[in-house]
Amino acid sequence: MMPTPIETASAGVLGLLFIVVLAGIFHRNQRLLLPVCFSLASAASLLTAVAGGWAVGQGLTEQVVMLIGLPDLPFHLRLDPLSGFFLTVIGLLAFFVSVYSIGYVKGFLGKRSVTSLVIFYCLFLAGMFMVVLSDDALIFLISWEVMAAASYFLVVFEDEQVENRRAAFLYMVVAHVGAIAILLSFGVLAGLATGFGSFSGYTFDAMRSARFPVEWATAAFLLSFFGFAAKAGVVPLHVWLPEAHPVAPSNISALMSGVMLKTAIYGIIRITFDLIRFFPWWWGAIVLILGLVSAVMGVLYALMQHDLKRLLAYHSVENIGIILIGIGLAMIFTAFKLPLLAALALTAGIYHTLNHAMFKGLLFMGAGAVLHATHERNMEEMGGLIHLMPWTAVLFLVGCISISALPPFNGFVSEWLTFQAFLLSPSLPSPLLKLLIPMGAALLALTGALAAACFVKAFGVTFLGHWRGHHTPHVREAGWMMRLGMGMAALTCLLLGIFPTLVIGWMDTVSEQLVGTGLGTSAGTLGWMWLTPVAYERASYSGPIVFFGILSVVVAAYLLLHVRPGAIHRVPIWDCGFQKINQRMQYNATSFSMPIRRIFGFLFHVREQVRLSPQTPHPAFPRRIHYYLRVRDRFWGWLYRPVIEASFWISRKVGRLQQGRIQAYLIYSFITIIILLVFVR
Amino acid sequence: MNIYPLLIEMVQVLILLSVAPAFVGWVRVLKCWSQGRSSAGIFQPYRDLSKLFSKDVVLAENASWIFRFTPYLVFGTAVLAGGIIPILSTDLPLAATADIIVLVALFAIARFFTALAGMDIGTAFGGMGSSREMTIASLAEPAMLMAIFTMSLASRSTSLSQMAQAVLSGQPVLRPSVAFALLAFILIALAETGRIPVDNPATHLELTMIHEAMILEYSGRHLALIEWASMMKLFLFSALGIAAFAPWGISQSDDLLPVFAAFLFMAVKLGVAGVCLVLIETGLAKMRLFRLTEFLGSAFLLATLGMLSYFILE
Repeated sequence: MMPTPIETASAGVLGLLFIVVLAGIFHRNQRLLLPVCFSLASAASLLTAVAGGWAVGQGLTEQVVMLIGLPDLPFHLRLDPLSGFFLTVIGLLAFFVSVYSIGYVKGFLGKRSVTSLVIFYCLFLAGMFMVVLSDDALIFLISWEVMAAASYFLVVFEDEQVENRRAAFLYMVVAHVGAIAILLSFGVLAGLATGFGSFSGYTFDAMRSARFPVEWATAAFLLSFFGFAAKAGVVPLHVWLPEAHPVAPSNISALMSGVMLKTAIYGIIRITFDLIRFFPWWWGAIVLILGLVSAVMGVLYALMQHDLKRLLAYHSVENIGIILIGIGLAMIFTAFKLPLLAALALTAGIYHTLNHAMFKGLLFMGAGAVLHATHERNMEEMGGLIHLMPWTAVLFLVGCISISALPPFNGFVSEWLTFQAFLLSPSLPSPLLKLLIPMGAALLALTGALAAACFVKAFGVTFLGHWRGHHTPHVREAGWMMRLGMGMAALTCLLLGIFPTLVIGWMDTVSEQLVGTGLGTSAGTLGWMWLTPVAYERASYSGPIVFFGILSVVVAAYLLLHVRPGAIHRVPIWDCGFQKINQRMQYNATSFSMPIRRIFGFLFHVREQVRLSPQTPHPAFPRRIHYYLRVRDRFWGWLYRPVIEASFWISRKVGRLQQGRIQAYLIYSFITIIILLVFVR
Repeated sequence: MNIYPLLIEMVQVLILLSVAPAFVGWVRVLKCWSQGRSSAGIFQPYRDLSKLFSKDVVLAENASWIFRFTPYLVFGTAVLAGGIIPILSTDLPLAATADIIVLVALFAIARFFTALAGMDIGTAFGGMGSSREMTIASLAEPAMLMAIFTMSLASRSTSLSQMAQAVLSGQPVLRPSVAFALLAFILIALAETGRIPVDNPATHLELTMIHEAMILEYSGRHLALIEWASMMKLFLFSALGIAAFAPWGISQSDDLLPVFAAFLFMAVKLGVAGVCLVLIETGLAKMRLFRLTEFLGSAFLLATLGMLSYFILE
């Protein structure tokens, strides 16, 4: 008998839980534990990804009621195209990262035990898979917490450094504030679905069949959006992200940034399009505006960074913003009953979800390889790595091109689809939206161009030029397993960029399920080569022709110019005849972003100082110049500092209760009992 | 299958390759005249190119493959763009490969690699050029998209062929939205092609160059390819503007006579475009880098006004 997709997916999850046990058994033999556990984890992830892809391709919906759970409240699982799509995204990246981890985690061997890393890695993956598979509020929240807790332990894996513990704590706080909001939102929905006296409203099926009054639905939406936005790192709830992602081991950063944030996107889509279903247009406007703010602010913050992994973390904020732009537009179009346009915008959003998982995973893996080789996170100290790590450089470059939304790689396709959705906004009936939505398109264009600038900086400073640090390090190319993991992700980026039509044909069942119509018939009218959303006359893009066209011209020009064997003379750098050039004169990350810092500086808290050294004889001939620059997040001062100070104040006041004397505590208990006797009885 | 459109496609790419240097030569000649200098003639760019192609390559010792690959890529994207923009005929088999947004992105990938090549050698000039180029590009992009948005409102398409056909089939009246979009487009095109007042292609003054700073270390055939590609870029931006705003005379069928007529029309329109460019370049001085925000901001404003006037007036 053939297994069904949901059985296959469950087998994958069980496999991951089995590895947890296995890791405990192999604890003594770390050298064996590593390849065995991570190769099994990669197999389990691949299995789950296949199950998800299968459900999406066939448009299947399957439900299972599990025998375990609380008394009378069994757990429900469901695999429909939406959850199948996210299973594929998570499983595919988890597969690449697991392969990469076989090589990467070797770096910890001999320094510390990796058993806890393996255990929490598998629990983390299992948690993410279960989040998208769950079909009732209970198991959803349990999986959500498993995911959050496991990732907390992964972030503090290198717990001897105080900054890691601080970052993990911040992450934990934000994750739990978000989780409370999600819990409350499910409470509202479940209560309204079957009445607050009954418990049966906790299944998603019950919520699906209910019709909510708009004010309660709004409350539930706002609560859940707050919770999911905290997890996804939407501005202004993004502060944990650039702290937690850089300090985690790089394979974990790849997973957190690439797919964990996507579970929040999944939650937003599930709650709005599947559970609540009917909503006013301004919900979409909220999502759209916050998406735009996140996209622009995320990329501008990223430009100010010189820590490679922090830079990438801020780009996750940007890309979550781009995904939310697509989803917000889809919500607006749905509210105005334009299903085809909603399908286009939704496809753009979730296609970007898939793309971002691939290229951000790739970039974090590449950053991990650089970190592994140089033991350096600060880009100002790097340079010239393309000569020492040629493979990593090429693969990292693929990620850079993809994330900068340049053809023919994948980031471009989803951004292009988002632009097309924007360009169709004049068909909305509301004049106000007609005028305002195009501004969003301009902001998205700004984001894309700034992202390109940021990745010229990231790649140029890290891999090109000369080494900027004081002492030349012993840098070795990344191992084969790491290269394999990155290589597969890079190839996926290219394929997703060249063959978008096939991918959209595959994932069309998702938009059919959620907005009632697919894009497929219009996307592939001229065969698999042309991507023509909505109509052929409207706009078209052919990934294969762009890719092979450029390639053939490049090859032809190369061959034509090499008919005559032209000599290449390798000489010292010319630099306009300047002779005393040294590696400290190169542009670095700070100087590269200086014009942008000056133009957009009003958005940050910038402190810049130039100081001459005190023993300077004359200001015109300084011995030494000290340059000081600090760029800070304004949101921290506006939003977080007051909350932190208030909570410290309250805890100081409440802390006075704690006397340390047994008599005082006995009096507290006595008073409590009296109050309970009087009021509760 | 009809082989005729393919033939026109090839003719168009050949025209792009062969006429682009002459167009640049024409602009230089006009500039010399307007400034009272004697010119080197319209064919000087060809002589420059052939000289560069016959020279050996002198390469910095730490140049990586990115530095050597970039000239070919820049050349490749320019040639591909030449097959997509309707220069002679709107009926091109490759026209559906890319709409105008993809075209802009094609130029963006060439710029991305040029900026990387600027940082590859590790000189201060290269990094300076890359940093400035990417800053200007990020300011130009929103304005460009707004102009595209405005232009696509009337034609309901972002495909250049469709835009050209929409203009041809419509009434030849002056629409305010199109006028605003045209103004915005001219400002953006000046920035994208690196002309005065944004960048000066003739300068090698250390602190003012942008595009030249990135390609400072290039020589021989690499430099020739880059120079040729930037000539094609100027040609293509002019052709793009002509196709979107003034396509009259372009052939809508594959017959020989209209295509030939389209070629003549194209030559005349390019000549006029060259005159306009020279008037702008001699009339304005190069701007300081940080005044470009105002320059490109006004382009954005014009494009937005165009969009508003479409919704309000049309």
